[in-house]
Amino acid sequence: MRLEKISEAERKILMSFKCPEFETHPWATGPSLNKRRISVITTAGLHGRDDRPFQMDPKDFYRTIPGNVQANDLIMSHLAASFDRTGFQRDWNVVFPLDRLRELQVEKTIGGLADYHYSFNSAHEPAEFKEAASQVADLLEKDGVNAVLLLPA
Amino acid sequence: MKPPRALWVPFEFGRPLGPPNNAPLQRKVLLAALNLLEAPGGPLLEDFPEDAPESPNRNMAPIPPAAFSRNFISSIKAVQMPEALRNEIAAMRPWYDTAVAQRKRTTVGVSDIAPDAIADFIHSFIKGEHPENPRKGLPIIYSLKFAIEDLKAYYFEGITFQAGQEEVSSKALENWFWDETIAGKVIFDLKKILQTDPDKLTGMFGSYFIVPGEIARRKGSL
Repeated sequence: MRLEKISEAERKILMSFKCPEFETHPWATGPSLNKRRISVITTAGLHGRDDRPFQMDPKDFYRTIPGNVQANDLIMSHLAASFDRTGFQRDWNVVFPLDRLRELQVEKTIGGLADYHYSFNSAHEPAEFKEAASQVADLLEKDGVNAVLLLPA
Repeated sequence: MKPPRALWVPFEFGRPLGPPNNAPLQRKVLLAALNLLEAPGGPLLEDFPEDAPESPNRNMAPIPPAAFSRNFISSIKAVQMPEALRNEIAAMRPWYDTAVAQRKRTTVGVSDIAPDAIADFIHSFIKGEHPENPRKGLPIIYSLKFAIEDLKAYYFEGITFQAGQEEVSSKALENWFWDETIAGKVIFDLKKILQTDPDKLTGMFGSYFIVPGEIARRKGSL
């Protein structure tokens, strides 16, 4: 997002958000891109059509999205009013680029795609996610994932 | 924050991969992010160098059979509003049905309320009634929020399938909905009612989650 393209009022709101600071900055290397098994983590409020919509519930952290998901399976229950949904309504790849990733998998640019992807509830402060994030990290490891594509929306 | 690898993109919120139906640009963004995996050291914060192509801000096409216009909408009396909204929703139906058939998908369905029943659901709140909650286990104000988003999705999926409207910008769509449709007027009126509700959660939804801040500021209700 370019701050100069939004109104002053919106800009002030965005600039007022505090970014967390961390004492350490972990760094890990791994195999080349064509050997990476990738999982997607989105904060666009996506979930399955029959799944529960997201709430501002202190214990509601994430939904799972199976790797064989199709575009019509996903709907969006993001609560923000100032959040463009008209892109997703025309093309799910603007927030969840699974068609593009599947193309990269077929042409062997990436090693593969995970059995599960994840959708995190954006209605929490970052520190509140610690336990849920640790749980998902374990699940990713069991899934053989060695690269995660985090897509904030 | 200094995450290990990050790619900044210039696109609006809700579109981290850029505009819809632009597979070449989506691929470029994706590869720019994934190639950071092969960097020898970090933390890295790289800028994606390409802006999204300008969307045409052309006027929205009129939707048959109703002649939608600000004058027409402002002439509708409050007592006529429920029927006017039902008629407008029915007028959008051919476009929505065509869009769903052609795209083979819809994002409508979060509220579990059929589009042609959403008008009455919304008007229940305007009249101060409490309709049956279609989503058990969820506070009913969430169901109202999701019904509103379903209705907007129903309009947007349909209108963007009219000839020449597929690439229209999110801004033009937003202005069309809030200024030129009966649905926009009804939801805005609803926001004004909800934001003064004594129930804290209802008041919060009315204040922040029903109408985009930019639209509320422009129309003098924030």
